[in-house]
Amino acid sequence: MPDDRELFDSGASAQLLGDRFPGMAATEETALAISTEHIDGDDILAKKPLGFLFWFALVWITAVFLASILANVLPLQNPNFQNYSALSQGPSTAHWLGTDDLGRDLLARLIFGSRVSLIVGFCGVAIGLIVGGTAGLVSGYKGGKLDVALNAGSFIILAFPAIVAVIAIVTFWGASLFHITIILGLATIPLMFRVIRATSLSFAQRDFVIAAKTMGATDTRVVLREILPNVIPVMVTFSLISVAGLIVIEGTLAFLGLSVNLPTPSWGNLINEGTANNALSTDPYIMMWPALAMFLLLWSINLIGDRLRQRFDIREGLL
Amino acid sequence: MTDAQTAPSADVPQGDVVLDVRDLVVEFKSGRQRVQAVSGVTFQVRRGETLGLVGESGCGKSTTGRTLVQVQPATSGTIDYRGQDLTEISGRKLRQLRTKIQMIFQDPISSLNPRRRIKDIVAEPLTIWHQGTKDERAAKVREMLEAVGIDPDAAGDRRPGEFSGGQCQRISIARALMADPDLLICDEPVSALDVSVQAQILNLLADLKTRFQLTMVFIAHDLAVVKNVSDRVAVMYLGKLVEVAGSDDLYREAAHPYTEALLASIPEPDPDHTSDHKALTGELPSPLNPPSGCRFRTRCPYAQERCASEEPLLRELAPGHQVACHFPVGPLASAAPSAGAQAD
Amino acid sequence: MIGRRRGGRTLEFKDIGSHDGPLLVVEDLHTAFRTGRGTVRAVDGVSFEVYEGKTLGIVGESGSGKTVLSRSIMGLLPPRDVLRSGTVHFGGHELTAMDEAELRDVWGAELSMIFQDPMTALNPVKRIGTQISESLVLHLDMDKKEAQSTAVELLRSVGIPSPEERVRWYPFQLSGGMRQRVMIAIALACAPRLVMADEPTTGLDVTVQAQILDLLADLQRERHMAVILVTHDLGVVATRADDIIVMYAGRIVERAPTRTLFRDTKMPYTRALMDSIPRLADPSGARLDAIAGRPPDLIHPPKGCRFAPRCHYARDKCREKDPPLRTVGSPDHLFACWYPLVDGVSTAPPVPVTLGDPAPSASVATAGADATTTDDPTEAEPAQ
Repeated sequence: MPDDRELFDSGASAQLLGDRFPGMAATEETALAISTEHIDGDDILAKKPLGFLFWFALVWITAVFLASILANVLPLQNPNFQNYSALSQGPSTAHWLGTDDLGRDLLARLIFGSRVSLIVGFCGVAIGLIVGGTAGLVSGYKGGKLDVALNAGSFIILAFPAIVAVIAIVTFWGASLFHITIILGLATIPLMFRVIRATSLSFAQRDFVIAAKTMGATDTRVVLREILPNVIPVMVTFSLISVAGLIVIEGTLAFLGLSVNLPTPSWGNLINEGTANNALSTDPYIMMWPALAMFLLLWSINLIGDRLRQRFDIREGLL
Repeated sequence: MTDAQTAPSADVPQGDVVLDVRDLVVEFKSGRQRVQAVSGVTFQVRRGETLGLVGESGCGKSTTGRTLVQVQPATSGTIDYRGQDLTEISGRKLRQLRTKIQMIFQDPISSLNPRRRIKDIVAEPLTIWHQGTKDERAAKVREMLEAVGIDPDAAGDRRPGEFSGGQCQRISIARALMADPDLLICDEPVSALDVSVQAQILNLLADLKTRFQLTMVFIAHDLAVVKNVSDRVAVMYLGKLVEVAGSDDLYREAAHPYTEALLASIPEPDPDHTSDHKALTGELPSPLNPPSGCRFRTRCPYAQERCASEEPLLRELAPGHQVACHFPVGPLASAAPSAGAQAD
Repeated sequence: MIGRRRGGRTLEFKDIGSHDGPLLVVEDLHTAFRTGRGTVRAVDGVSFEVYEGKTLGIVGESGSGKTVLSRSIMGLLPPRDVLRSGTVHFGGHELTAMDEAELRDVWGAELSMIFQDPMTALNPVKRIGTQISESLVLHLDMDKKEAQSTAVELLRSVGIPSPEERVRWYPFQLSGGMRQRVMIAIALACAPRLVMADEPTTGLDVTVQAQILDLLADLQRERHMAVILVTHDLGVVATRADDIIVMYAGRIVERAPTRTLFRDTKMPYTRALMDSIPRLADPSGARLDAIAGRPPDLIHPPKGCRFAPRCHYARDKCREKDPPLRTVGSPDHLFACWYPLVDGVSTAPPVPVTLGDPAPSASVATAGADATTTDDPTEAEPAQ
C-alpha cells in the first residue's frame, strides 16, 4: 500500500522560498522546481487583480475596434467631404475634433482612419503568426536539416534592413491597404519564426515531450497537444507587441508618403497632413488627435500584453 | 555465458528474456568529432527481474536508457524486444510497440506538461490509442492515481506546478502504467528527491512492480539505492559494461577494481565505518579519446602492461557473475585464470 | 591574529591563543522571508557554537532551513523582505551588528564559504587564477605577482594537476570535481579560521565526492580550521564531523557528538531518517522504512512539535505543545522531543484512552521517563 496520500499543498514553503529567492533553494528538488516554469493561469488569475489601467486599456481598445467596425453605421460626417466654409476650425459642436485645412471633419477621418491601422496591425501580424509561427513551432520541435535551413533563412531576411525593403517594395508595387498589409505581414514572418522556434525548442527538450512519444503519440499530436499549449502565452504576448510595432511602421510609411493613397484616411496620413504646410504651428490639433489616438492604442496594447505575460508566468505573479 | 553464446529469447530457463541488447553503440557528433557514449554493450533483461544499471557521470547509462525507449537512435547494435528488433522498425509499428516500454524520468517536474491537468496527463496513453469510452478512461485514471498514492478528487483538476517533486514522480509513474507496459525503464527516478521521499517512491515502485508484474531497468548513480531495488546489477564505466552480477553478489564479491572503488567511496551513515580501499585518484578520461585497452586503467591501482594493450572483454567468472578485467580482484579473483583469458 | 589592512583601515581579530571558548557562537538566530503568501520562517531560533579546529555537521532535508542558516550566519541574505534577529559572534566580533562594508573584511579572510554549485558560484568570464588571487590581493595586501604564484600553489595543494597551466583556465574548461576544488582553493586562500561548506559535494560523482571530502579534511588538519559541513547526506557527516546538528522545519531537533548521535539517537526524526536510507549491507529487495508525509509549511507551522504529523510515536502532548531543546544527563546531547528514544525504543506511553493525559504507564522505559513526563520546560536544562 502506498505510504502517504498527500493532497496537493500549494503552500509548500520550501518551494515558495526557492521561487522567491533562487539562491535559497535548499536542495536539488527545490532548485529544479524553480528552474522549470510553472505556468498556472487559473491560480494567478484568481489571485492578482489586474488593476484599473488594464481595464482602461481594454476599454480603449474595444472602443477603437467597435468604432472602426461600425463606422459606416455611426452618425459620422463624411470623412472626405471638403467643407470650404469650415476650414481649419478648432473643436466645436459641429465638428467635435475640428476640421483640417481642407474642411474635412477630423473625428470622421480619425475613426475611418483607424481601420487602416487596425487592419495593417492585426492582419499583418496574423500573416506573420500563421506562416512564421507555424514554421517556428514545427521547426523547433523537429530540428534537423529543415530547421537549420529555416533558421539560416530567417537570419538572412532579418539582416536586411526592413524599412528599406518595405519602402522599395511599396515604391515598385504601389501602395494600397492590401499591399501594405501583405508587405508588413511578410516582414513579421521571420521575427515570429525566431521567437516561436526558440520557445518551441525549449519545450521540445523537456521530458514530458519524450514521454508523449514513448506512449506512441504521432509528431502531429505532440506538437499540437504538448508543445503548442506551452507556446501560446509567448505567441499572444509577442503578437500584441508586434501589432503595436506594425501600427507605428504604417505611420512611418504614411509620413514618408508611402502608405495608402489619399484621400483615404489613415492615422499616419492624418499625422502627415497635420504637419504639412506649417499646420503644426497654426492648427496643432490636426496632428494631435491622430497622434494621441495612436499613442493610446499602442500603450493599451503593450499594457495588456505585459499584464497577460505576468499572469502566465507564475513566478512573476507572486512578486 | 559469454557474449557470443548468449541464447536468444524463449529458450533461457529462468524466465524468458524480455529485452535482449547486443553490441549497442550510440555515437554523438560533437563538432566534427564523434563521441561514443555507449561503446558496445550487451545484456539481457528477464521477465520479472529488475536490472540495475549503475555508473557515474559520463558512463553512458542514461544514454542506454534513452536508446531502449527509442528516443535516442542507436548507431549500431540490436535491441530485441520479444523477438522484434526495435532498431529496425519504424512508423506505426514502432509507435504501437513503444507503449510496452515506458520510462520514468529524473526530473519529476519537467516530465509533466505544465499546462495540462493531471487527469488529462494520466489519461494520455488511453486517449492516444482511443481506448475505452470517456467514462471508462476516467475510472481507470482514478484507479491508477489511487494506486500511486494521489487523491484523484483533490488532484485531478490541478496542474503539475502545484505539486511537489515526489508527487509529480508518482503522477509520472501513474501515467507510465496506464500504457500497460511490460518493461519500465527508470532513469534516475529518485535522484532529484529528498531522502525521505526517495524511500517512499522506492517502496512504491516495489509495490507496483509486484502488482502489475513489471520488469524494470533501474538506472542510477547511487549504488546503495540500485542494490536495494535490483535483482541484478550492471556497472558501467565510460561506455562499457565492466561487471554484471546479482546485487548481493556484487556487494560481497565485487571483482572489478572500479566496482571496488565505487563501493568504498559510498559514504555510509556509520561513524565507525572504515574502508580499507583507497579512494580513486585522477579524473574521468575524456570520452572523445578513451584510453587504449582497458578504459579504466588510468585510474586503476592494479593496472599492468596488458591492460594498456588489450581490452578486457566481459567474461563469466562465476555463474551469473561477469567481469571485464584481466586481473579481477576480490573473493572471486582466485577463480579467474588471468593468463590468456580472452572471451571466446 | 595580525590586523588586516585594507585601504588604511585595520580590522583586528582577537587572538584566541588559549583555544578556550568557542570560535563561532550563534544565539537564537531567526531568519524569515516576507513573500506574497505570508512570512516564511525559515530559521526559527537556532543556537550553537563551533570550536576552533572542529567540524560541525548540519544535516537536514529541503525546507529544514539549513541553507538559509548558513547564509544567515555569513550575512549573505537578499537585501529586501528579510527579517533577521538573534546574534552571531565570531572571534569576538558580532557579525550581526556589522554592515556589509565591515563584513567584507571578514568574508574570505576569516570566514569563508564553499558553495554548492561551482558552476554558478564561479565567475564564468574570469580565469580561475584571477578569482583566487583577487582574494589574496584584497585581504592580504599582496602584489599581483605574488598573488599569482600563491594561486598556483593553492591549486597544487587542492590536487589540480599542472596548476601552472590551469591557473589561466576558465571554469567551463574544468570538470565538476575540478571546479569544486577551485572553490575550495578560493575559500582557503587567505587561511580563514572557519569554512562554511554548503552541500559541497551534492551533484558530484560519489568517487569524486570522496576525493573532495578527503581533501577538505586534510586541509583542515593542516591549517587547524573549523569547518561547518551543511548537507542532507548523513553518510557524509558520519565519518567527517565531530558534532552533528539535525535540523527540521527551521529548528534544531537534535545535537550530539557524531558517535553518540548514531549510537544513541534520541529524536524519532533522526532515527527515521537513518532508517529510510538504503544501505549497501542490506539484502537487496529489503523494504525501506519511509517517513510518511512531507515537511511542514513554514508559513503556518503546526502547533506543537513540528514533526508530530509524521512521527510514528506522536501523542497528543506532541501535537499540543512544542517540545523545547533540552538535555538529559550528558550536556553534549540536546534533543527536542517529549518522548525521546532510549536504546532505540520509544518512551512514548501506549496510546492513551484519556485525552491529553501525559501520565506514564508502567511500561515506559526508565532513563527518559523522568524528563519526559514533566510539563514544565524550565525543569529541564535549556539549550545553549
